Amino acid sequence: MYHALQDAIREAESRGTTLATVALEIEARDQGRPVEEIRDALRRALEVMRGAVDRGLVGDLRSNSGLVGGDAAKLRTAAAGPLADTVFREVLMRALAVQEVNAAMGVIVAAPTAGGAGVLPGVLLGLATRHAVDDDRLVDALATAGLIGAVVAQRASLSGAEGGCQAETGAAAGMAAGAATEMLGGTPTQAGHAVALAQQGTLGLVCDPLGGLVELPCVFRNATGAAIALAAIEMAMAGITFAIPADEVIDTMGEIGRDMDVRYRETAGGGLAQTPTGRRLAKERLTQIKRG
Amino acid sequence: MVSLLDIIGPVMVGPSSSHTAGACRLGRIARDLVAGTPEQALIELHGSFARTGEGHGTDKAIVGGLLGFRPDDERLRDALVIMEREGLDFRFAKTTLGDEPAVHPNTVRLTVTRQHRQHVMVGASLGAGRIRVSEIDGYPVEVDGSHHAIVLVAEDIRGSIARIAGLLSDDGVNIATLRLSRKHRGGDAFMVIEVDDPTADAVLADIKALPWVRWVHRIEKVGG
Repeated sequence: MYHALQDAIREAESRGTTLATVALEIEARDQGRPVEEIRDALRRALEVMRGAVDRGLVGDLRSNSGLVGGDAAKLRTAAAGPLADTVFREVLMRALAVQEVNAAMGVIVAAPTAGGAGVLPGVLLGLATRHAVDDDRLVDALATAGLIGAVVAQRASLSGAEGGCQAETGAAAGMAAGAATEMLGGTPTQAGHAVALAQQGTLGLVCDPLGGLVELPCVFRNATGAAIALAAIEMAMAGITFAIPADEVIDTMGEIGRDMDVRYRETAGGGLAQTPTGRRLAKERLTQIKRG
Repeated sequence: MVSLLDIIGPVMVGPSSSHTAGACRLGRIARDLVAGTPEQALIELHGSFARTGEGHGTDKAIVGGLLGFRPDDERLRDALVIMEREGLDFRFAKTTLGDEPAVHPNTVRLTVTRQHRQHVMVGASLGAGRIRVSEIDGYPVEVDGSHHAIVLVAEDIRGSIARIAGLLSDDGVNIATLRLSRKHRGGDAFMVIEVDDPTADAVLADIKALPWVRWVHRIEKVGG
């Protein structure tokens, strides 16, 4: 797979094609499999994403510890809120729904990770409720997202334990932003700016889960990550550019991750996990898990 | 090599691709080393695995892997209960295997025993469900689970690689990579051979029958 997003953008632009097309071609070559087989695998992933959204929107799930669950359904039904009848609401509720399913040990697609699994389906399937997007275009979007994630994996990291939440929900926001920009008709260059705009907005984001559980703030970080992706898509599609190329923003994320104190890398040693309330809740809930 | 399908995937039971899916895959590889569910296992967790493993279900995921479950198997949720019901002697311990960056924060050492055969494996979960096995029985290796593989220990004799490669190619198996490591010159050689397709039982038996091969195992592809 490409090591630099810029190479993929250049290739796609010079041929007048999409990032999805060049990503699928390289993947087919790397894996020695036909493109259609890879598309089939992505189509299955799309179905699992849809299933997780539907499951989470029911609103009856609770996580192992009971710390999270049921909030996606509130967004589905609540009339209040300035964005109640907008695509923003559709995206937000889906991002929450998938992450609530994840916290309840339900089946999801790790994209790029389980902790950041809500952002991509939230953004893509949420946008698809208000834009005419068929499954083939959603599959293309997943391929573009996979390309962006692969670049992040090679240049930086996709692990909260290595790079903090900027490497999970941050990377997911970059993937979703680039993929959705292309899905809605943006050029490969615009998709690149969307990646940079989303990733820059999450630089430095720590991984500080209460009790080390992928629950709080993870569920809400997926919702805010999706919101950042939407902001990036809106800007990039309006022709706004970000002066630092996506690859360099990604490199910066990697550098910040390497310098990040271990307390902020999934160890529950700092951040929200070590607030007075965070510590109290973690203690209560972990005791509850042990009691079964 | 990073695959697009590793990034958009795996399909898995939550809540953590590194602590649940990756952990499950490491368990599956250890299971393959003893060719079945181990009767005994010592699961030593290092770093983030030790600190936050319980809440992430790492314990359930590794045990599920040892039982042969895949990362998308909803039985993972109940792996500890199944382990107790089957009367398996699996124990957990926290350990420190070294400092970063030499040792990845999500590392586990698995000592598995089945039918009087014991193997020790050290592996890490790198994020997004990707894994790397770095040590088997004290030999440095690099297995990422993205291929079917054969691991074996043989006396370090001339022509051993050619002989084994010949057996594989006679059966139409294509070798993707082959790595050899020795603890010292003239000592036993440890080989990891990654292949494009699963190795047939007959070929494995042929390799096992070579008088200078001490043991050989097949590791199934767990990723991609």
